[in-house]
Amino acid sequence: MNDEVILLDYWASPYGMRVKIALDEKGVDYECQAENLQNKSPLLLKSNPIHKTIPVLVHNGKPICESLIIVSYIDEVWHDKSPLLPSDPHQKSQALFWADYIDKKIYDVGRKVLWEKGEDQEMAKKESMEGMKKLEGELGNKRYFGGENLGFVDVALVPFTCWFYSIETRGNFSIEAECPKISSWAKRCVAERESIAKTLQDPHKLYDYYVKLNP
Amino acid sequence: MVKEEVVLVNFWSSPFGSRVKIALEEKGIHYEYKEEDIFNKTSFLSTINPIHNKVPVLIHNQRFICESLNIVEYIDEAWTDRSPQFLPSDPLHRSQARFWADFIDKQLYEASKKIYRGKGEEEQVNGKKEVLRILKLMEGELGEKAFFGGDNLGFVDITLIPFYSRFYTWETFGKFSIEEECPNLVAWAKRCMQKQSVANSLPDPLKIYDYIVSFDKYYDK
Repeated sequence: MNDEVILLDYWASPYGMRVKIALDEKGVDYECQAENLQNKSPLLLKSNPIHKTIPVLVHNGKPICESLIIVSYIDEVWHDKSPLLPSDPHQKSQALFWADYIDKKIYDVGRKVLWEKGEDQEMAKKESMEGMKKLEGELGNKRYFGGENLGFVDVALVPFTCWFYSIETRGNFSIEAECPKISSWAKRCVAERESIAKTLQDPHKLYDYYVKLNP
Repeated sequence: MVKEEVVLVNFWSSPFGSRVKIALEEKGIHYEYKEEDIFNKTSFLSTINPIHNKVPVLIHNQRFICESLNIVEYIDEAWTDRSPQFLPSDPLHRSQARFWADFIDKQLYEASKKIYRGKGEEEQVNGKKEVLRILKLMEGELGEKAFFGGDNLGFVDITLIPFYSRFYTWETFGKFSIEEECPNLVAWAKRCMQKQSVANSLPDPLKIYDYIVSFDKYYDK
């Protein structure tokens, strides 16, 4: 049976990058439809009427929304290759826990560093570093968060690394200096996984795009 | 047979803890309940949930599982031999259940707090509008089904029903009737309450109201 897999995406979105990495890791052929966020397509509005956001995966006409939910879905449907979530319930719950932590304490807080000013921005910087250090502790000396192989938590976090440069520059601090293990892990991901190397956007291109929106 | 250690660490008013109670009771799992005073947190809590230092936490054979939806999914998988199954087996339906649970989790609690803790009338009115928007969307998603899970309680039912204890508080502060606005959803909630697992797990709405009112006074000090 021929699967029809369409990804509704926006080039700069780290959430969309999670889905692309997961699809590539599983060797799934898909069509990427780039959305104009100022003029969303009828397919996007129909597929995600609640949030109207990307990414959305449309698999044989059925939409799946929210990036981590999409990655779980991909892992379950194409379960025979490159498993991302552990099968053991406890280990799986830990992976889901850390992915949720990344969403709330890294992505949401990182956005505040970029978009807030003054005291709110200072607080976001502090929270951001605290969050990264906790992740550094969780990574420890493992090759990946998933152990020897790329896992769900790696896929959840790695797209955010191409936004590090923007956050460091706007926030005036260095993630590499504070979290060397995370920094090495990020480089390892790009060097060792083609899915990641070809998906992550150039940090400088992202910074130029961000500065135009928020000079 | 190895004796299983199952402990739920919770605070009585937490809707998140109620989710876990319902899940454990639905599966007929024996557990020990430990009340944690969230206004005087113990070092025990920081040991079992060092990252967030929050309840609920499930302890299963000395392993700690945190975050209520994570715990409910864990219970579903660790006791997979026991019915009912909360999440559907089909990946698409699983993703839909997770989507709605995530939607409720991210929006409902925060919106509801504005009704009684919003700064000024505008924020309070906005809170009420947001809560009604969310509940109407859920009512639409429920449709003609008895439960979100179909014939039985499912993941979405377990995620949403604990907030039923808070309807009285929201209605009293916000001066509105949820039953008038969302009759099918309230009918669903009453259906859920007929289940032992839910009736045993939800705190009394009047007790919740008194707690929130006195909490307000604590905040004003």
